[in-house]
Amino acid sequence: MTPRKHQPVVGQARPHKGRAWILGGSVMAVIVASPLLAIAWIALFPSENIWPHLASTILPRHSWNTLLLMIGNGIGVFIIGSSTAWLVATSDFPGRRIFEWALLLPLAVPAYIVAFVYTDILEFAGPVQGLLRDIFGWQTKRDYWFPEIRSMGGANFVMSFVLYPYVYLLARAAFREQSASVLEASRTLGRGAWKTFFTVALPLSRPAIVVGTALALMETLADFGTVDYFAVNTLTVSVFDVWFGMGNAGGAAQIALVMLAFVVVLVSLERIGRRGRRYHNTSTRHTSSRFQLLGARRWLATTLCGLPILIGFLIPAGVLTRHAIVFFDESWNAAFFGFARNSLMLATMAAAVALAIAVFLAYGRRLSNPFFGVLSRIALLGYAVPGAVLAVGVLIPFATLDNAVDGLMRDWFGVSTGLILSGTVFALVFAYVVRFLAVGFGAVEASLGKIQPSMDMAARSLGAGPSRTLWRIHLPMIRGSLIAAATIVFVDSMKELPATLILRPFNFDTLATHVYQFASDELLEQSALSALTIVIAGIVPVILLSRAITNVQSQRRGAPSIGAIPTLTPAVPAAGAGD
Amino acid sequence: MRFQHGLLAAIGLTAALTSSPALAAEQAAINKGEVNVYSYRQPFLIQPMFDAFTRKSGVKVNVVFAKKGLVERLEQEGRNSPADLIFTVDIGRLSDAQNAGVTQSVSTPILTGVIPQSLRQSDGHWYGLTQRARILYVSKDRVPLDDAPKSYEELADPNWKGRICTRSGSHVYQVALTAAMIAHHGEARAKDWLSGLKANLARKPQGNDRAQVKAIKEGECDISLGNNYYFGLMLQNEEQFAWAQSVYPVFPTLAGNGTHVNISGMAMTKASPNKENAVKLMEFLTSNLAQQMYAEQNFEYPIAEGVPQSGLLRSMGKLKPDTLELDKVAENRPMAIKLINEVGYND
Repeated sequence: MTPRKHQPVVGQARPHKGRAWILGGSVMAVIVASPLLAIAWIALFPSENIWPHLASTILPRHSWNTLLLMIGNGIGVFIIGSSTAWLVATSDFPGRRIFEWALLLPLAVPAYIVAFVYTDILEFAGPVQGLLRDIFGWQTKRDYWFPEIRSMGGANFVMSFVLYPYVYLLARAAFREQSASVLEASRTLGRGAWKTFFTVALPLSRPAIVVGTALALMETLADFGTVDYFAVNTLTVSVFDVWFGMGNAGGAAQIALVMLAFVVVLVSLERIGRRGRRYHNTSTRHTSSRFQLLGARRWLATTLCGLPILIGFLIPAGVLTRHAIVFFDESWNAAFFGFARNSLMLATMAAAVALAIAVFLAYGRRLSNPFFGVLSRIALLGYAVPGAVLAVGVLIPFATLDNAVDGLMRDWFGVSTGLILSGTVFALVFAYVVRFLAVGFGAVEASLGKIQPSMDMAARSLGAGPSRTLWRIHLPMIRGSLIAAATIVFVDSMKELPATLILRPFNFDTLATHVYQFASDELLEQSALSALTIVIAGIVPVILLSRAITNVQSQRRGAPSIGAIPTLTPAVPAAGAGD
Repeated sequence: MRFQHGLLAAIGLTAALTSSPALAAEQAAINKGEVNVYSYRQPFLIQPMFDAFTRKSGVKVNVVFAKKGLVERLEQEGRNSPADLIFTVDIGRLSDAQNAGVTQSVSTPILTGVIPQSLRQSDGHWYGLTQRARILYVSKDRVPLDDAPKSYEELADPNWKGRICTRSGSHVYQVALTAAMIAHHGEARAKDWLSGLKANLARKPQGNDRAQVKAIKEGECDISLGNNYYFGLMLQNEEQFAWAQSVYPVFPTLAGNGTHVNISGMAMTKASPNKENAVKLMEFLTSNLAQQMYAEQNFEYPIAEGVPQSGLLRSMGKLKPDTLELDKVAENRPMAIKLINEVGYND
């Protein structure tokens, strides 16, 4: 390990060549950030100053609830994600090969559906309490105590088991990439597995785990469906009360901005805390041997890894399957295929576009200066904005552009072009990209960062421009991360609901909106087939993702030409989900 | 180079997807000879009426459904908005739309003839389609009929401590009831009422109107507030039948006047490109045929006189609506939300 203070900026070698990339990247970043800028614009014009009323009434409690939920979910995803990742990455126990990909499965289940399912199971009328009543002869709710699922604890439980895969995915990659020598040195020096984990592996993987946790927390902050269902009043609920209840868009936008500021502060604090402590590996010899767990420990590991899959995936998917079978005849019709087609189409497009922009921005950053860095960071904040708010943010630039074009055409040629982009599939894809770019970008940027700048310099000195270097050198090298990034954006887009509802064209349903129509009336059973399809459509890419990662790993092992290059681990390494 | 080829193929595939059927559907939606609706109502509740309209008139109805944000969408789309009509489930959203300046006044002899003056905006910016009463659901097992509250005001009586369930105070139905309370009794008394009601809640406000009846069935509370049509809808649902069976409906009075009612309604958008068809649809929905469908399928109270209520509605008892103008309810909504926040109703 060599501590490094500065990283070379690649673009400095040939400052002129990268300009097109930086200019293009800046334009792209501004376009992606435009919904957020629109929200900031709205915030300048509140219909009345909402803060005195809010501060003296709901704001303290809603802020406190938001904080509690974030702390709870943060701890939850950290523990579940990093412990399972550690076991899978470094140990051998029954079922490990299956767990490697199966631990990603909860990613495919929308959180609000998991919330519905667990409410059904754990509420008073559900099978668990019913069984307890039968056994103990209790009659009413007043006879005994049972934890209330519709509560802060319930929201924590559900969200932790749905969001932990973000941490798992990144932490596992980080643990795998730690050079074996570091871990072995630690063991040789007399530290046990536990001590090695806490004093060596965990600090080394801190950036990766932080990125994963930050993603989970941003998702927590933006969530409305789950907290609304569980009656946990967070700041998101305040935003909606002020906007759609009191009709004060400006006031609501101000609250949303405060929430964003919260995220920025959180991320900056972590960066400051980590400053000056960059860990770089000098060797990439991957851990080739795993700890062989023995006896009861083997099965303990199996149980630990099995539990999140059971809770986050098997139970919800099982319940959905049962409902889907019962209502199969009603659900399996032409309309269903239409919903599925729409969902797949939108998610595929969103994944492709988000990936392209992520590559563009990440490569721009590699070539460029801190200013561009700030710009691209703003473009990533969409992930922490509640979907319905973001949707209104998307409406504004699109409608403004459409109406401006229409106005010009009317003035000059006397024809109306109407709305060209608003209310189209294009607006939906754009919204998904703005919302989920952060997820894809993290993976691409980190992975790109791991490539030695000397590779760029070699390529460039041999006459290749920045584009050619990217196409022939970088993209093939980071393909694992590209696939990972595209997969996560795809899966998240399949699940997206609030922005889809507001922005969609006429007569246009996705699987998610179809499910919502019924689920919002406590009639989830009738749309269980669609819900299950969202899950299945999510599983396929998740499994592909996992296989792709394994392939890349094995190819690397067999290809010393890449594996032998001393890697320069960046400040945020392992968002390189794909490696 | 295999990876790059795959990448190129993926880009091509995406481009092909983008240009195919979905965008064609797009174009169809803004064709003339159709009518475009932004709806806050779930499509499965109004689709039967739209289908009946299309069968009768040959005009196709296109719908976008969302529970929030449609007025904002209309605002942004401005004069080029493709939407002709906006449908809501309460008075609040209708007045929001009017206040946002996205509606236009429309008036035809049929509309003004069928819809009573109290259920439409005086200039024709919006029209009520059905009435829904906010009633009490009372436990059959634990509250004798004679003891059940006769008024909304009684819900704040300490007698009922720990025995009442409601949904979130910020939900449009609860806000409208609170706004009506303010209109009748003034801000101070309305706030006292809210605090009293809050103190009587058996649990933190959560779930929807049906979930409250379920809680009564499960013994968690004895009285809940809910819209009248859920009674019928629950009786039709296999699982929820038992919930409805555990309660009887009570029509409470407000300020000794009548039961608080809200409306589902419609408004013509300012930019409406298919005005003629839009008027046709509006008039159709006030016709006896459509009003009867609302009454029989959704268990709402028809606004057209002479259209019979469904058998179930008649069996639930006679509705004597509060005579307060809906405008007053709409006006007091922001104040209602503030009071709800001040008493910490949802905490």
